[in-house]
Amino acid sequence: MFDFIARRLIAIIPVLAVVAIFVFLMLRLTPGDPAAVIAGDNATSDQIAMIREKLGLDLPIWQQFAIWIGNMLHGNLGESFFFKKTVVELIEQRLEPTLALSICTLVISVFTAVPLGVLAAYRQGSWVDRVVMGISVLGFSMPTFVIGYILIYIFAIDLGWLPVQGYVRIGVDFWQFLERMILPSITLAIVYIALLARITRASILEVLNEDYIRTARAKGLSTRVVLMRHALRNAAVPILTVIGIGIALLIGGAVVTESVYGLPGLGRLTVEAVLSRDFPTIQAVILMFSVVYVVINLLIDISYTLFDPRIRY
Amino acid sequence: MKKTGIKRRTFGALTAGAVVAASGTAATTPAARAADGKVLKFVQNGNMTILDPIWTTAYVTRTHGYFIYDTLFSMDANNAVQPQMVDKYEVSADKTLWTFTLRDGLAWHDGSPVTSEDCIPSIQRWGKRDAMGLKLMDFVKEFKAVNAKTFTMQLKEPYGLVLESLGKPSSNVPFMMPKKIAETDAFKQIDSQMGSGPFIYVNAESKPGEKHVYVKNAKYKPRSEAPTGLAGGKVVKVDRVEIIEMPDPQQQVNAIVAGEIDLIEQPPHDLLPIMKADKGVQLVDWNPLGQQFVYRMNHLVPPFNNPKIRHAALLCIAQEEYLKATVGEPEYYKVSSAAFISGTPNAFDAPDGLFVKPNYEKAKALLKEAGYDGTPVVLMQSTTLPVLTNTAPVTKAQLEKGGFKVDMQSMDWQTLVTRRTKKEPANQGGWNVFHTFTVAADILNPISNTYMVAQGDKSWFGWPTDPEIEKLRDAYSKETDPVKAKQMALAVQNRAIETAQYGWIGQWYGPGVARKNIKGWLKAPVPVMWNVEKA
Repeated sequence: MFDFIARRLIAIIPVLAVVAIFVFLMLRLTPGDPAAVIAGDNATSDQIAMIREKLGLDLPIWQQFAIWIGNMLHGNLGESFFFKKTVVELIEQRLEPTLALSICTLVISVFTAVPLGVLAAYRQGSWVDRVVMGISVLGFSMPTFVIGYILIYIFAIDLGWLPVQGYVRIGVDFWQFLERMILPSITLAIVYIALLARITRASILEVLNEDYIRTARAKGLSTRVVLMRHALRNAAVPILTVIGIGIALLIGGAVVTESVYGLPGLGRLTVEAVLSRDFPTIQAVILMFSVVYVVINLLIDISYTLFDPRIRY
Repeated sequence: MKKTGIKRRTFGALTAGAVVAASGTAATTPAARAADGKVLKFVQNGNMTILDPIWTTAYVTRTHGYFIYDTLFSMDANNAVQPQMVDKYEVSADKTLWTFTLRDGLAWHDGSPVTSEDCIPSIQRWGKRDAMGLKLMDFVKEFKAVNAKTFTMQLKEPYGLVLESLGKPSSNVPFMMPKKIAETDAFKQIDSQMGSGPFIYVNAESKPGEKHVYVKNAKYKPRSEAPTGLAGGKVVKVDRVEIIEMPDPQQQVNAIVAGEIDLIEQPPHDLLPIMKADKGVQLVDWNPLGQQFVYRMNHLVPPFNNPKIRHAALLCIAQEEYLKATVGEPEYYKVSSAAFISGTPNAFDAPDGLFVKPNYEKAKALLKEAGYDGTPVVLMQSTTLPVLTNTAPVTKAQLEKGGFKVDMQSMDWQTLVTRRTKKEPANQGGWNVFHTFTVAADILNPISNTYMVAQGDKSWFGWPTDPEIEKLRDAYSKETDPVKAKQMALAVQNRAIETAQYGWIGQWYGPGVARKNIKGWLKAPVPVMWNVEKA
């Protein structure tokens, strides 16, 4: 197991190297000049050239890359071209809302989708199954921003139960934090619930036809025990795989959800950085997302061993 | 394949409409209930990422500057320049020696007094970046601090725009900064946010991308005069202002209807009818001068390196078509052929209905005379700034009616601002024409109007070269008689038309939105928060 984890952790290095080269080149080779954005609309070409020089953007690309990689190897992710802050500081400031949104979304999704999927499978062909699957098709088909606006209209404007937008840090006021997390988390979770419920249903249906389920039933075990202990546990591997894949979906969805609800998270930071061509910030955020993605997949792989004893690394 | 489906913006507008319909009976949200009556929550047009108003010309940063810094002079509601930090000023008989005396009680946010030694490097730093500042510095021989409150500016020869320069209302504004900060390289961003203005920036509570926090500067001594435009007494009537970063216009509408924010600088025109219908908010025409659309051609590469072809392009312009396509409602736009903004001292109509009534036949004849070979004009269209998106399709249609071939290329604004710096031929990554817009207050005279500069490489993108217009601009800048200066402004406009230097394609206005309990939002080219009250 430890060999496996060590190998996978070492494998992160070439992944990050490829991502770093790709992101760096993509940013430099696509149109967009941060100096022109900084200077503003009234600046002249000469003024833009001066800013470009101060930012080191007039250097050859290979030299810029060498400087960036050199700094990274020393733990320096660079300074934002716009904010007078290091990229690490910016990420620290924006991490909490995204982390909170992701965790809340995952919790809501897993605790809603898995029981719904199990129920739909157990009642296959019944109205319960059709309703659950119908809702999941609807949830999966609706864009996140549409769901967001509908929820805002109902719960924030019409009923006035929850705020329209904004974020309060958990350490400042827990209840206000929770108040502001409910709608964004539900918005983002709906797509995820739809996906997860369908996968759960399909996986459970597959194992419900297995011999060991028939045996468990023949032993007189209750339906709950058969479903939760025997069926769900054996169906867990594909469900966990989808949860892992869903992390990428979550990152993409966070960008939209954070914009709709005004959450100052990493998703919005990424959009702002891309729009303003803030190269150091984009590079660092994408690298960070890559690390998160690889690590989560590693954790998912490790978790397989908990549910399926046949899997050994 | 034809794509169908609802667009995000359309959907947002629909839900916003529903929001307004429901708001009459809507309960205020928890955030609104918790709001402190003395805190103003204000949403600007765009996020503020840079805090140095000299380093960038971004309007959001300029507005931030007005919160925390003060200016020697300011423009009032009648576009006249009035003393602000200056108590009195004198000019010598030969008009080359200006003496400025600061008023009593001026202090930086740390309590130390504002002195002449601070003001001189502040003007010098601004003079390295701003178009009017650069021009002023051409005339300045030296600055001298006479004492802590008095300093002089010795000119090489008389200059007619000294007060207009020091009282320039919009980007870049000559804000006064402490000496140590003002001595920062003009091409490097400053580190400190200490000023002497009516608000203090709270660095510890401000989080870029989330909010910027300002508290009332209790020690600020406003002038005794009533506020007018950007001039007069800057009396702060709230304890704190928070600039909330909220990029989504629909979210802004939802938030103001729910009472979670108090003011929006300028929502898109398509959302204004919805705001008008809401009982809880009001539209505020805080910027009566408005904005002007600009039609910029590249003078360096074919076909617009030929003045006749440029002129043919200008003959195709019908302003109202642009304004209808971009702004929509006539109450928010004005057809005007005046380069220096209708209703201001230097406003003159262009001859022969230029910019208002197109003359496609004359354009075609000019193209034939100029030997236009049918090479497509590369027209850059920005698709990410809503107010600009529809300008390029109108230009394409108009130019084609005038006999041009047009290759309209769509891109995001950041790509456009990068590509417009390229001087290569259009078919090698360069360009021929694009559109932008400017705050009207930035272009009220031939010197502050960047688009009138025709000094080749030193000019704004498009790089026109015309020694004749430069002579006229120079003469304007030296003229101290306002009547003669006005005639020179007309001469500059006429020369720009004669050489088809650039086009101006209409003025437009974008009101702000405030909750009904907000009063005192001043009419000025910049959304300033002094004098604003929250009941």
